[in-house]
Amino acid sequence: MAAEAPGYHDWLDTDAGPVVRPYTVTGGRVRPNSGAFDVVAFVVAVSPDAAAGRLDLQPEHRTILEIAQDPVSVAELASELDLALGVVRVLLSDLLADGLVSAHEPSATAELPDDDILKAVVNGLRAL
Amino acid sequence: MDSGRSDRRIPLALKILIAGGFGVGKTTLVGAVSEIRPLQTEEVLSTASEDHDDVSGVETKSTTTVAMDFGRITITDDLQVYLFGTPGQDRFWFLWDELAFGALGAVVLADTRRLADCFPSVDYFEQRGTPFVVGVNCFDGAQRFSPDSVRNALDLDPDVPVVLCDARDRQSGKTVLIALVEHVASRRGEPVPAG
Repeated sequence: MAAEAPGYHDWLDTDAGPVVRPYTVTGGRVRPNSGAFDVVAFVVAVSPDAAAGRLDLQPEHRTILEIAQDPVSVAELASELDLALGVVRVLLSDLLADGLVSAHEPSATAELPDDDILKAVVNGLRAL
Repeated sequence: MDSGRSDRRIPLALKILIAGGFGVGKTTLVGAVSEIRPLQTEEVLSTASEDHDDVSGVETKSTTTVAMDFGRITITDDLQVYLFGTPGQDRFWFLWDELAFGALGAVVLADTRRLADCFPSVDYFEQRGTPFVVGVNCFDGAQRFSPDSVRNALDLDPDVPVVLCDARDRQSGKTVLIALVEHVASRRGEPVPAG
């Protein structure tokens, strides 16, 4: 929240927009170099100490690697980091290119889940 | 489920879109059935000049921030349902394509006082062939309409379920989602038995 950040000035309200533009964290890159990263694609770090000795990684990269020790969806990551989806995709593409994460995209549109899965969803929803 | 080379199993995540006009109760519905979280998308709007000018490295782009709601329902460790409240404004259609890709289906929320607001959503899912149900959010004080009158007003195919609901109510919200999943199953030709 811009309004709560240190160095808050009363002449900057939320209408002024974010003080730091979202793509600053990606060095201005707006498109991922690799990978598709659907909102429900899952990402998982390849090893527990993947970031060790990597001085070139940004804090956001490291945070992603920490969260992704267990498989996590792109949507969850973006929400957790409080970063825009597009920004997270660029950061993930860096990590993918460096072999620090693996990505698991959801199956294609035409491929509907089988009936057992749909039944499990219905039963799961009823039990909520 | 194949976990591949990883020793950590990758869950299967099913996407369900919650669509409808502005203020119809999309956020309320997502919040009623799941833990709701904000999700920002900062989308890049490319300018038309890209085709004409060689401006590599200094591309003229503008971005727009769109906030969406998303919620997750954990069915089992390996099976999750993600709900995405689609942005209501027409200028964010481009976001829908990404969300609708691979989606299990959609709930179109309708408010009978402003039924026309959900026409664009109905059109969108009809054109894409995405299975959808219409949830008629019964606001306090709104005149109750029968599902059939709503179906006629929206000119829906006979097989599209129309469910009266209260988006604030968890049980009611669950009913709408179950109607959608059963509709998806029936389109595959094998109904999910009640159980």
